[in-house]
Amino acid sequence: MPRTHVSCTVNGDEVDFLSSDETSLLNALRDELGLTGVKEGCGTGDCGACTILVDGKVNCACLMFAPEAEGSSILTVEGIAQGDQLHPVQQTFLEGAALQCGVCTPGFLVAAKALLDENSDPTETEIRYALAGNLCRCTGYDKIIRAVQEAAVQVNGASK
Amino acid sequence: MAQYVTDFMRYAAPTTTDEAVELLQSDPDARVFAGATDLIPQIRAGRPEPSLLVDLKRIERLVAVSHNNGTWTVGAATPTSALTANPEFSAAFPGLSEASGLIGSDQIQNRSSWGGNLCNASPAADSVPALVVNDARAVIAGASGERTADVADIVTGPGETSLNDGEFIIEFLLDDPPAGSSDAYLRLIPRTEMDIAVVGAAVQLSMDGDSVASAKVALGAVAPTVVRVPDAEAALVGSTLDDDALAAAAAAASAACNPIDDKRGTIQYRRQVAGVLTKRAVQIAAQRAKGAN
Ligand SMILES: Cc1cc2nc3c(=O)[nH]c(=O)nc-3n(C[C@H](O)[C@H](O)[C@H](O)COP(=O)(O)OP(=O)(O)OC[C@H]3O[C@@H](n4cnc5c(N)ncnc54)[C@H](O)[C@@H]3O)c2cc1C
Ligand code: FES
Ligand code: FES
Repeated sequence: MPRTHVSCTVNGDEVDFLSSDETSLLNALRDELGLTGVKEGCGTGDCGACTILVDGKVNCACLMFAPEAEGSSILTVEGIAQGDQLHPVQQTFLEGAALQCGVCTPGFLVAAKALLDENSDPTETEIRYALAGNLCRCTGYDKIIRAVQEAAVQVNGASK
Repeated sequence: MAQYVTDFMRYAAPTTTDEAVELLQSDPDARVFAGATDLIPQIRAGRPEPSLLVDLKRIERLVAVSHNNGTWTVGAATPTSALTANPEFSAAFPGLSEASGLIGSDQIQNRSSWGGNLCNASPAADSVPALVVNDARAVIAGASGERTADVADIVTGPGETSLNDGEFIIEFLLDDPPAGSSDAYLRLIPRTEMDIAVVGAAVQLSMDGDSVASAKVALGAVAPTVVRVPDAEAALVGSTLDDDALAAAAAAASAACNPIDDKRGTIQYRRQVAGVLTKRAVQIAAQRAKGAN
């Protein structure tokens, strides 16, 4: 089985791993690097449970071959808190009970963080479009949207 | 599932078009890709089973966007999010920019390319009707050098293209739209986001004051390939977009459809919607063209 050596930055740390060529970055993150926050819901780009940031942009880890990560900077849900300090979206998801089974949550958190990085004061419509690539089958979207709105208020408060 | 269906795929990331051509010559089962948003789900479903995956995104020309001497050159692997975020491009081709921005979610947008949208050869590909009405050309690399073809001539049927074995698209060329012209693209999907077109309608118009100097109409998802609608174009040219001309264009669009029945829409529904979307896209393009006068 052909294997490629991949060097990249994951959650701020430089990492090296060997990956079989045809495996997805999702599998490599979970199996080689132990980052099991990245979930596989569908494996075909539809559900967003595998959402990560690649060079600051949201991507489905299931739609990338692992060797494509060479030289890139990757952020997974494991990297969005600052030490013990949860990211505002993590805090507001907890407080607003914006999760039930939690399988979709890491993807939502990463996509919401990416949205707030770009636009710290999004409208509800902007939030709904930005999260259209993330599906939740149990909580329902209202609590999720409200948690992101609440996080935006906190992000804005912190920057004022 | 820990792995994809085969354990024999190799990955290669050439940095020049020559290297990519050589790789493709070396292996008849090689497959190029850009965003892999079509390719990975297909590999997972069992077809195709390439032995060599050629990543085009590390070749500079494939991801470069430039505007020189009245022509836009867009690398075939450029993610569509880079185009919708480009204000100069989006002002020049608002309809093409919107069509490109309709592909998938933000996650998909950061990967999806025109080269993949075109060469995947789905009848419902959103960027293709808008590329066709803007007379886009494709620069193609192959063993015997580079050639240029009209985008309208690339797709020959569902999943089929006119590219020869070992050929791939390097970049797309688009001439600046003439003064007083603009474009529009509308699609109907059963949801607000994240679905495949029931019908897509692209229109490009040049206005001479209040009357139409030239018109191009192309429809997606209503036939095995994108279709141009010359009868709708003829109905519009010379008119002031009065009700009769719009009705004639809509009827011609409905008549040009050769659609399928599926869960997204019946044949009759697709025909009806093709007429309505054509009419609306004409009105949007005309308004934009007059603004550009
Ligand atoms: C969740 C989801 C939603 C989607 N929504 C839409 C939608 O709304 N509208 C829509 O039109 N599509 C949609 N798609 C399909 C897909 O995202 C688009 O067709 C996209 O533009 C494909 O681009 P890509 O770069 O990812 O293609 P790839 O998967 O990399 O390639 C697709 C095919 O084209 C070939 N190819 C790629 N680049 C070249 C090239 N330069 N030269 C020759 N051949 C090439 C590949 O070999 C492959 O056969 C969706 C896909 C997903 C997963
Ligand atoms: S697992 Fe990647 S989008 Fe569903
Ligand atoms: S909490 Fe279960 S899918 Fe969203």
